[in-house]
Amino acid sequence: MFYREAGDFKTSYVADGQTFPIRFDRMRYYAVLAVAFGVIPFFITDYWANAILLPFLIYGIAAIGLNILVGYCGQVSLGTGGFMAVGAYGCYKLMTAFPEVSMIVHVLLSGGITAAVCVLFGLPSLRIKGFYLAVATLAAQFFLVWLFNRVPWFYNYSASGQISAPERHVMGVVITGPNAPAWATYLFCLLFLTGCALVARNLTRGTVGRSWMAIRDMDIAAEIIGVNPMKAKMTAFAVSGFFIGIAGALFFSVYLGAVEVGEAFGIQKSFLVLFMVIIGGLGSIFGSFAGAAFLVLLPVILKVVGVDVLGWPTDIVAHFQLVVVGALIVFFLIVEPHGLAQMWRVTKEKLRLWPFPH
Amino acid sequence: MTRKLMSVAVAAAMIAGPAAADLVFPDLSYRTGPYAAGGVPFSDGYQDYFTLVNERDGGIGGVKATVIECETGYNTEKGVECYEATKDKGALIYQPLSTGITYQLIPKVTADGIPLHTMGYGRTSAANGKVFSHVFNYPANYWNGASGVINHLLEENGGDLKGKKISLVYHNSAYGKEPIRTLEELSEKHGYELKLLPVDHPGQEQKSQWLQIRRDRPDYVVMWGWGVMNQVAVQEAANIRFPMENFIGVWWSGAEHDVAAAGAKANGYKAVTFHNVGDDFPVFDDMRKYVVDAGLAAGAGDNVGKVLYNRGMYAAMLAVEAAKTAQEMHDTGDITAAMMRDGMEALVIDEAKMSALGMPNFGPTFNVSCENHGGLGLVGVTQWDADNQTWSLISDFKPTDGEVIGALVNEDSTAFASENGIEERCN
Repeated sequence: MFYREAGDFKTSYVADGQTFPIRFDRMRYYAVLAVAFGVIPFFITDYWANAILLPFLIYGIAAIGLNILVGYCGQVSLGTGGFMAVGAYGCYKLMTAFPEVSMIVHVLLSGGITAAVCVLFGLPSLRIKGFYLAVATLAAQFFLVWLFNRVPWFYNYSASGQISAPERHVMGVVITGPNAPAWATYLFCLLFLTGCALVARNLTRGTVGRSWMAIRDMDIAAEIIGVNPMKAKMTAFAVSGFFIGIAGALFFSVYLGAVEVGEAFGIQKSFLVLFMVIIGGLGSIFGSFAGAAFLVLLPVILKVVGVDVLGWPTDIVAHFQLVVVGALIVFFLIVEPHGLAQMWRVTKEKLRLWPFPH
Repeated sequence: MTRKLMSVAVAAAMIAGPAAADLVFPDLSYRTGPYAAGGVPFSDGYQDYFTLVNERDGGIGGVKATVIECETGYNTEKGVECYEATKDKGALIYQPLSTGITYQLIPKVTADGIPLHTMGYGRTSAANGKVFSHVFNYPANYWNGASGVINHLLEENGGDLKGKKISLVYHNSAYGKEPIRTLEELSEKHGYELKLLPVDHPGQEQKSQWLQIRRDRPDYVVMWGWGVMNQVAVQEAANIRFPMENFIGVWWSGAEHDVAAAGAKANGYKAVTFHNVGDDFPVFDDMRKYVVDAGLAAGAGDNVGKVLYNRGMYAAMLAVEAAKTAQEMHDTGDITAAMMRDGMEALVIDEAKMSALGMPNFGPTFNVSCENHGGLGLVGVTQWDADNQTWSLISDFKPTDGEVIGALVNEDSTAFASENGIEERCN
């Protein structure tokens, strides 16, 4: 009834090729943006920012980055944690070396550094695929964590090996450190997420994205029809690394404020982001959001319901969380192997016909 | 997705109830994960002591104490979530029992004006109250621990460690790296040779480190471990027949569950400590009467008198005494976090006070001041008796190398102050 194309005429190619061709969809998208930018910043509290929204936004960026590599280009990567660490340590070195430069520049630069590192570790993908590539990226994960633990230059020779984000500003507003207001950190991360999602969406609709998908679907066929596999794979690694680096930089500087590489960027982080991508939906920007929301919000909701509402012991709830999240993952993957994004797609198809399905 | 967020918002708004009028002590515990073996008894002791104070004395100065437990799993992200969820409920003091979470919280608590007590862990240089206004680590810190170990070895060797080889097996994290600087400085001073052997999280795999020890044949092995790493290390030491009396751990590597798995072979293993062990104190009679037998014990109630239970109880006792001091200073029962901080800074623990609480010689005597948030740093040594399954204090609480530690604390805290633009207080 509401969700239909009938009567929604397009008179130009630009209008026809837009991201959300259905009017209702487009309005909903604008409404989400309006609420996110115009309403939430006025009501946000420290708890909401630091416990729920910041991790969601940051994991959203990381999931988009990994989705480009795994979902669009078909190159399995288990090095996400290590690449996020590159972003975090890059950001830390930049923040401490150039204190007067804006945080936006630092975050973008650390994304760039990560992109370079990611391309370097992506080189094996030219020779190997599938599980073998996963093992090669796993090596990146362990090597990078080891490197940041081993070389004191990366953590400015601090006694404990921890890195702590000093207070830094963007246009006079404190963004990092304990005195940063909740709305500022939220808007800062939201800005990056929106930017990344827009870039990713448009890249995947264009030539670059199509060459990635060609490589993913059948690399030999893609090569025969003229897709340069080296260029496609390396750009995928670079773009993915750029986003993951941004996520790592924000994770360290804005969200946590102090980081220890083995604990914050260990192998479990790589798996967490990979699960987000798989549960959300491979090859879908919306899926990256849905997966990040699912894995960030669900534990918090379960904790709030279990401990605060039902009054259960905290350890029972913590164990129960693992059971419920695990069971839901299995359930979703059996019912809908293509993730939450596919469920959303099916719902939309049904909505188009509703209420007259025949 | 917005709908999902909205419903969560509504749910959270309904749950975030009004703050209680009690004195709130959040307990960021971990009863799950690879470090739970240490987290459970500590949290039980921490909670039980507040229950005891409520049941026996009717609260702290007549005001009931409430403990809000929040599970962190020793994970910094969950630690942040727990901190944000509890700080607006009138939290008076945080004791996260994790060095990683402590590093997160130091800037946050300072901005929010809530004191943080990291007893024997956390950032060692927080002992300098001139720089760290809201962070306390009395009665002893990591560097006191490291110096305490070396002092004990000096005593055993007639004051001379020249040419001795000492290996440090440490958890490869902020926590494990803390003592390295001190041990290096002390090695220059006393002339022993130090070898570093990092063990990665969580520490189940230590074959190569112990192979290295077997090859190097060090005279002593010092351990900075936590969680499952301790058991594995003690077992590995037993496997290579390393003499246990030459193997000495920090206080986080000296609990019953760390040595019990290795059985009789663990006999003689040592650890430094800053509080007494065992349950031979009058306070435990009260604890059994008012808490355990009344069915109010936290957890399963089977940890009473264990090393880490005692430590949790000791941490709670220090918090309660600080709260009492704050109540006296400000002449009110309902203290705020800012008053609590003042109380901690004026805290005096002497033998008379401990005896009155039924805990004679339970810990070292010390007093806190504006400049010194670390106490006197007195450290004792405990040893494991595998036949009787007990730890016992074999050396009284003795002073550590204040000269070396003081210089390092100054250096590190000054660097922190200049990095963060903090002006020195207490002038």
